[in-house]
Amino acid sequence: MQAMIETLLNGLMLGALYALFGLGLSLSLGVMRMINIAHGDLIVVGAYFTSVAMELTGLGALTSLVIVLPLMFALGWLAQITLFNRVVDRGPLPPLLLTFGLSIVLQNVLREIFTADTRSLHAGDLARRGFEVGGVSIGVLPLVSAIAAIVLLGATHWLIGHTQLGRQARAVSDDPSTARLVGVDDRRFFAIVTGFIFATIGVAAVLYAIRTPFSPSAGPERLLYSFETVVLGGLGNIWGTLLGGLIIGVAQLFGAKLSSGLGPFFGHLVFLVALLARPQGLFGRGA
Amino acid sequence: MLRTERLSAGYGMFQALFDVSFHVAPGEVVALIGANGAGKSTLLRAIVGSVPAARDSVTLDGTPVGGCSEIERLHMGIALVPEGRRLFPSLTVEENLLLAAGNGRPGPWTVARLFRELPALDGLRRRPATALSGGQQQLVALCRALASNPHYVLCDEVSLGLSPVAVDAVYGLLAKVRNEGVAMVLVEQNVRRALGASHRYYCLQKGRIVLEGASREADYGRVATAYFGV
Ligand SMILES: Nc1ncnc2c1ncn2[C@@H]1O[C@H](COP(=O)(O)OP(=O)(O)O)[C@@H](O)[C@H]1O
Ligand SMILES: [Mg+2]
Repeated sequence: MQAMIETLLNGLMLGALYALFGLGLSLSLGVMRMINIAHGDLIVVGAYFTSVAMELTGLGALTSLVIVLPLMFALGWLAQITLFNRVVDRGPLPPLLLTFGLSIVLQNVLREIFTADTRSLHAGDLARRGFEVGGVSIGVLPLVSAIAAIVLLGATHWLIGHTQLGRQARAVSDDPSTARLVGVDDRRFFAIVTGFIFATIGVAAVLYAIRTPFSPSAGPERLLYSFETVVLGGLGNIWGTLLGGLIIGVAQLFGAKLSSGLGPFFGHLVFLVALLARPQGLFGRGA
Repeated sequence: MLRTERLSAGYGMFQALFDVSFHVAPGEVVALIGANGAGKSTLLRAIVGSVPAARDSVTLDGTPVGGCSEIERLHMGIALVPEGRRLFPSLTVEENLLLAAGNGRPGPWTVARLFRELPALDGLRRRPATALSGGQQQLVALCRALASNPHYVLCDEVSLGLSPVAVDAVYGLLAKVRNEGVAMVLVEQNVRRALGASHRYYCLQKGRIVLEGASREADYGRVATAYFGV
């Protein structure tokens, strides 16, 4: 019983992280109507940035976020201005093709610079610490990651609901041409949104790389988890994304308990079954 | 003075406007009359920059603005109330106005004042904008344009499909706007109402101006002829 509860808790904490993976995907789909195929590779890029920043500065994994976050924001801003803005209003296919190409380029550049070897981020002492509640042991690091992920999701939800930035996001999502009439400069605004998305990718990258090793080819797998999370929850709903992430995380860990190595497969299975039952996603508006 | 000078505009290969020369003076109300498809909406879109036009073909106080973006023109004080209202369904009534106010110019038309002028909307401020009745939505659309504090408001078919009571409410607000010295262009199906509310008028037919003059001296017969293109 204790073991089951432990698996459930770990699954939930992992799932919150997947929801953070999904957040960026959900935002770019919701605000800009584009899917970024390189999303998973950017999570890997974020991990390598952190790895290098830690080597150069001697900072810890979490504290190096003070360097990685602004860097990721700037990268996102730049990617939007130079690349994504060229394809953003041309229908679904051009963004897919462009970011698919970007994904391949990123993987090759990473392999060229860092070789194909697997790396991991060391969180030092924190990674080993944990505590027990009623015989169930909980790791400090997974808990901190989950809380950080949920706080970030909540903050984004608040930002969208209560600020001028959020109003602009919803207006552009509703009707981009009318948004321009009320002064929303969509191209410039998209650059800010993508900067924000890349920053959330940076946080997710660090939190995930502390617990899971990464290599230049790890991106597509992360993209898949992000995608499943967003679709499962129902497009355009942040709390749906959180629920989707939690479900995938729990399914993966229970699957891994049945047979180690089958974890991701069980995640995919649950995703498929849930989608057959509710094609619009759990929180999605009626199909 | 907001002016178009031999303006030609269209959509891709299709030309909708031919050499249109049109102007509105500060504080003036101008009616734009014409049958469906005459190019009235296209003219308003070209003036605010939604439809591309040659740089010199649109001028504001003598400065060419035809090459400026919609955002730049909004900041110069030109705002459009688009045909069909086009409120944002994901935003509440209040948020629709706050969005425009935050992106626009400072000035007398604050969101607080707009709600004071229209108590009927005040109670609905937290409703999704598109959940309102047509007349209320039209008022919100007008307020959204006003919230950016324009010198020139271009109103595209603001009374289309509304009940007589709702039309009166819309024209009541327009009268307040005019009394504050804001210039307006009114695109209106109801010729009598358009002429009654304006200083001057233009008749547009198949993308060309075929008749213009002072509204008070307008000959309804000639306007009708121009309108129907017979
Ligand atoms: N988005 C568009 N794409 C292509 N043609 C258009 C578009 N909008 C309007 N038109 C055409 O331009 C002409 C003028 O239309 P419009 O300016 O909407 O007329 P009005 O507002 O006077 O009814 C019409 O022939 C119409 O079919
Ligand atoms: Mg029209």
